[in-house]
Amino acid sequence: MFRNQYDTDVTTWSPAGRLHQVEYAMEAVKQGSAAIGLRSKTHVVLATVNKASSELLSHQKKLFKIDNHIGIAMAGLTADGRVLSRYMRSECINHNFIYESPLPVGRLVVKVADKAQVCTQRSWKRPYGVGLLVAGTDETGPHLYQNCPSGNYFEYQAFAIGSRSQAAKTYLERKYETFMECTKEQLIRHALFAVKESLQEEELTSSNCGLAIVGIDDKFEILDQKKLQAYIDSLEDATKEEPAPADEEPAHVEEAAALLTRESSGGVEIPADGDGPAPMET
Amino acid sequence: MHENIANIENSKRAKKKEHANQSRENRNMAMMMPPRLNPTDSASGPKQHQTWSPYDNNGGTCVAIAGADYCVIAADTRMSTGFSILTRDHSKIFVISETCALASSGFQADISALQKNLDARHQTYQHQHGKQMSCPAMAQLLSNTLYYKRFFPYYAFNVLGGLDDQGKGCVYSYDAVGSYERVGYAAQGSGMQLIMPVLDNQLKSASPLVLPKRETATPLTEAEAVDLVKDTFASAAERDIYTGDGVEIVTINARGIQKQYMELKKD
Repeated sequence: MFRNQYDTDVTTWSPAGRLHQVEYAMEAVKQGSAAIGLRSKTHVVLATVNKASSELLSHQKKLFKIDNHIGIAMAGLTADGRVLSRYMRSECINHNFIYESPLPVGRLVVKVADKAQVCTQRSWKRPYGVGLLVAGTDETGPHLYQNCPSGNYFEYQAFAIGSRSQAAKTYLERKYETFMECTKEQLIRHALFAVKESLQEEELTSSNCGLAIVGIDDKFEILDQKKLQAYIDSLEDATKEEPAPADEEPAHVEEAAALLTRESSGGVEIPADGDGPAPMET
Repeated sequence: MHENIANIENSKRAKKKEHANQSRENRNMAMMMPPRLNPTDSASGPKQHQTWSPYDNNGGTCVAIAGADYCVIAADTRMSTGFSILTRDHSKIFVISETCALASSGFQADISALQKNLDARHQTYQHQHGKQMSCPAMAQLLSNTLYYKRFFPYYAFNVLGGLDDQGKGCVYSYDAVGSYERVGYAAQGSGMQLIMPVLDNQLKSASPLVLPKRETATPLTEAEAVDLVKDTFASAAERDIYTGDGVEIVTINARGIQKQYMELKKD
């Protein structure tokens, strides 16, 4: 990205029709450590890579419970993420107070997106520098959304954001067709495999990743270190059994293809990494 | 031109004078007439019909007893208005957290609003602190919430019961605007005057002057305390028309929260 004379203010358009400050904010998201989300018919799993810059430092919290049925994973400026999570919690509590029912995930995501949009149109504000993966369940089932600093939101079957997320996305693209029918344990394993891809050389342990799961009958829960380690250990056993899962489930491919066409706008596409048209326009 | 201005000034002054004279006349007139009576004056005749009240009393009684390692909170399930019964099956107990339950009698709408308010505050606390509120903390929060509406109070008479930070039973008793005190046992509501003397007899020493000072936790076992509560409610239901139908008993101890229900007289 080059510095140019149209990127000082968020309220200045460039001649190419782009708001560079917003794009720079999305760049901040790409610099943060990875966050991954994937969904089945019954559950949504969020996983994060927790990088500590020194051994003395404790890991940053990137997974937040918003309500019993909604949780988020963030990538980017986690301070901005904390503020947004406080807003989301407050909205959920207020909705529950008035309507005595949980706030549907899609409605909450729109509220956050609108809040983010305000910061792209005020000269005295700056866009939020955090991308959120919002996982939740409501009457229509489990959902996974992404919130961008641009004020856009997308629904996904599976997605990854942050640095080295491309590796995770490649894994997800290979396997996403099987996700809908996965059990809770299988889904968690897929998430951990995806995290492994992002970690590349490093070994996957319960101290450099985090995992949370929410389901139709399961409240949002961030797994503690013990449970997480147990799942990571079980990965070793799983790799020995797994041939090529894609061959085993041909029936699901047709269903998945139908899903793919419906969600092709947000599904497993690779968003433009700084080249081509501004991502906010998709 | 100056003439015109002078004229205007003069006419203004004249009008002022006239106005002053008129007021003086009015005042004189008023002094001569007999004073007008307010229709609500006691001297003016029979009292007029009461206007609308924002409150209603839905009756009921709440009791709580603190033990060495448990707390018993109980409330009857009858909801009334005037001399009628609205329902025989309404719970007055709200379990706020793993270690804390609130029993309230009074105006049911205010009680529901108060419960929802505390629940929302508790959820926020859990998000911020990553753990549930302790019972003493909730006691202070309830007091502050009640005093916040000092000039349009929650018509709710509360008894908060649970386990304190050391795991001992604790009971807090409140008035409508948040004045509270930690006690060993408490009763609130329509049956309070019938039940309190019985609890005093069973749980307090013979005289408050007896030393050493008794602890705020009763030496009764959990089963004995529950039996005592059942007896007191059965007795209160005999004489208090607003207490009856059933009593819901919640016990909080280290094993968690247990609920039981006992039938009471339906008349």
